[in-house]
Amino acid sequence: MEKKIIYVDNAATTAMSDRAIAAMQPYFKGIYGNPSSLHTVGQTAKEALDGARRKIAACLNCEPGEVYFTSGGSEADNQCIRSAALQGAKKGKKHIISTAFEHHAVLHTLKKLEKEGFEVTYLDVHGNGLITAEEVKAAIRPDTALVTIMYANNEVGTIQPISQIGKVCREAGVVFHTDAVQAAGHIPVDVRADSIDMLSLSAHKFHGPKGVGALYCRKGLPLLTFIEGGAQEKGKRAGTENIPGIVGMAAALEEACGNMQENAERLTRMRDRLIDGLLKVPYSGLNGDREHRLPGNINISFEGAEGESLILYADALGICLSSGSACTTASLQPSHVLMSLGLPHEVAHCSLRITLGDTNTEEDVDYMLVHIPEVVKKVRDISSLWDDYVSGKIKHIYDK
Amino acid sequence: MALYSDKVMDHFTNPRNVGIIEDADGIGEVGNAVCGDIMKIYLKIDKESGIISDVKFKTFGCGSAIASSSMATEMIKGKPLSQALELTNKAVAEALDGLPAHKMHCSVLAEEAIRAAIKDYYDKNGIEYDRSKFPEPHEEEHGETEE
Repeated sequence: MEKKIIYVDNAATTAMSDRAIAAMQPYFKGIYGNPSSLHTVGQTAKEALDGARRKIAACLNCEPGEVYFTSGGSEADNQCIRSAALQGAKKGKKHIISTAFEHHAVLHTLKKLEKEGFEVTYLDVHGNGLITAEEVKAAIRPDTALVTIMYANNEVGTIQPISQIGKVCREAGVVFHTDAVQAAGHIPVDVRADSIDMLSLSAHKFHGPKGVGALYCRKGLPLLTFIEGGAQEKGKRAGTENIPGIVGMAAALEEACGNMQENAERLTRMRDRLIDGLLKVPYSGLNGDREHRLPGNINISFEGAEGESLILYADALGICLSSGSACTTASLQPSHVLMSLGLPHEVAHCSLRITLGDTNTEEDVDYMLVHIPEVVKKVRDISSLWDDYVSGKIKHIYDK
Repeated sequence: MALYSDKVMDHFTNPRNVGIIEDADGIGEVGNAVCGDIMKIYLKIDKESGIISDVKFKTFGCGSAIASSSMATEMIKGKPLSQALELTNKAVAEALDGLPAHKMHCSVLAEEAIRAAIKDYYDKNGIEYDRSKFPEPHEEEHGETEE
C-alpha cells in the first residue's frame, strides 16, 4: 500500500500546476529557439518571452518593461538591494532600513553591504510579527537610500502594512523594495497601489517551476547589471533566457491570481480550523498575528516538544511539514524569525510550521488534527524539558 | 529517510529506556535550551558490584539526540561503571551506523550525560575519583543559521 502523504510545506515549495506544466511543454522541443536569434524559430521564442512578461506585469499592475526575469527570489533580492544601495551611495546616501526577520537572501546581502560601509537599521518586529509604517517613517534619515521589508513572512506568515510603508517611503523619496516571494500569487500585490519601487518573486512558491523568478523595478529607477555578457533583460542580466521556466512561471502566476480569492477563502477556512484545533493542545501558542496572516500559514509552538522530533514523527505518519528548530538546520540556533518575535530559545525550538496549498483538503485537516496532538504528546513523553515544565522548574508561557 | 540511518530511525521511533528512576543513584543532565538539546540520564547502581543495574533517560532534542540517548543507555545497561566511563561519543555514533556531521554533538551529549550521572553518584556517595576524567561538559559552538 502506498504511504499516505499530506504535503503541508508549501512555503518551502509547491507542486507545479497542471496548467503551468502544459504551458511549458512546447518550449522544450517544439519551440526551442533562442529569443536573440533573428529567424523564425528564435522569434517565436521571443514572442513567448514577451507574452510571459506581459502576463506577469498584469498580475503585479506594472508595465511589461518593468519586469526582469531572474533565477529566483534570492537573485531578485540581491539585484534589487544592490542596485538601490549603489544608486544611493552615488548620492552619498549609505543608510538602509530593514527588519530583523527578513529572508537570508535579504539579510546576508545587507550584512555584506555593512562590511562595504553601509549602515543598516534593522527594525524590531513586534511580538505579533508586524511592524508599522510609523516605525519605518521614524527610522528614515536624510541619508536613507533604501527601505527593504518583506511583504509576507515565510515562517510566521505575517503580512506587513505594505501600502502604508510604501506611502511613507514615496513621500520621503526613499526607494522601497519588498521581498514578495511568499505573497505573490497568494494575496493581492499591486505595485502601483502599494507604492512599491522594487519587488522580488519566485515561481515555485505559487505552483510554477523552480529556478526561475522575477523582479519588478519601477521605470526610471536604475538597475545594476547583475550578470555581464549579453543584451538579455535590457543588459541587466546576461544569459539565454530560461524560456520554459519563464513561460511556466507566467502561466502559474496568472492562474494563481485568477483563482486568488477562491483559493484564499478555502485555505483560510482550513487554516483557522487547524489553528483552533491545534491550540487545544495544552501549553501551545500561535506564532505571528492571527489577522494579518497568509491564508495557508499555521505556526504553533508546543512547549517542551522539540521541532525536529515533531517533524520526524509527523513524517512517519505521512505529514510533511517544517519547524523553526535549530536542528532542522546546520547550526544550533533556532530560527531568527521566531527569535525576532521575542520567543525564548526553548520555545523557539518547539515550533511547527504548516503551510497549506492548493492540493490540501479538509480531510488533510482532519487527519492532522488527530495525529499532530498525538505526535506532540509522544515527543513530550520523552522530553526532559517537558518534565521541567510539569515539575514547575520552568514556567509555562502559554495557558493550558 | 535519507537524513538518518535505519538504526537512528529505529532508536528514534522506538527509543529504549525512556523514563525516570525516582530513587536514582546518579543523575546527569547536560545541554541547554539555547541550543535545543537537553539530555538527562538516571542511573541505578548496584553498590556491591558497581554494575549499572538500570538506566533511564529523558531527552529534549532532535531525532539524533533521542537516538543517541537510547543507544548510549543500551550500551551501558548491565555494565560496570568502569566500562560505562570508557564509552565514547564515537562508539555511540558508530553503533547508530553514523550520524550526519552537524549532528555529532548529539553523541557527545550522550557521552557527557553518562559521565555526569556517574560523577553525581560518586559525589553523593563520597567515592574518590580521578577528577581529570570528568572535564566540564563542553560548550556548544553557535554558528549562523542557514536554510
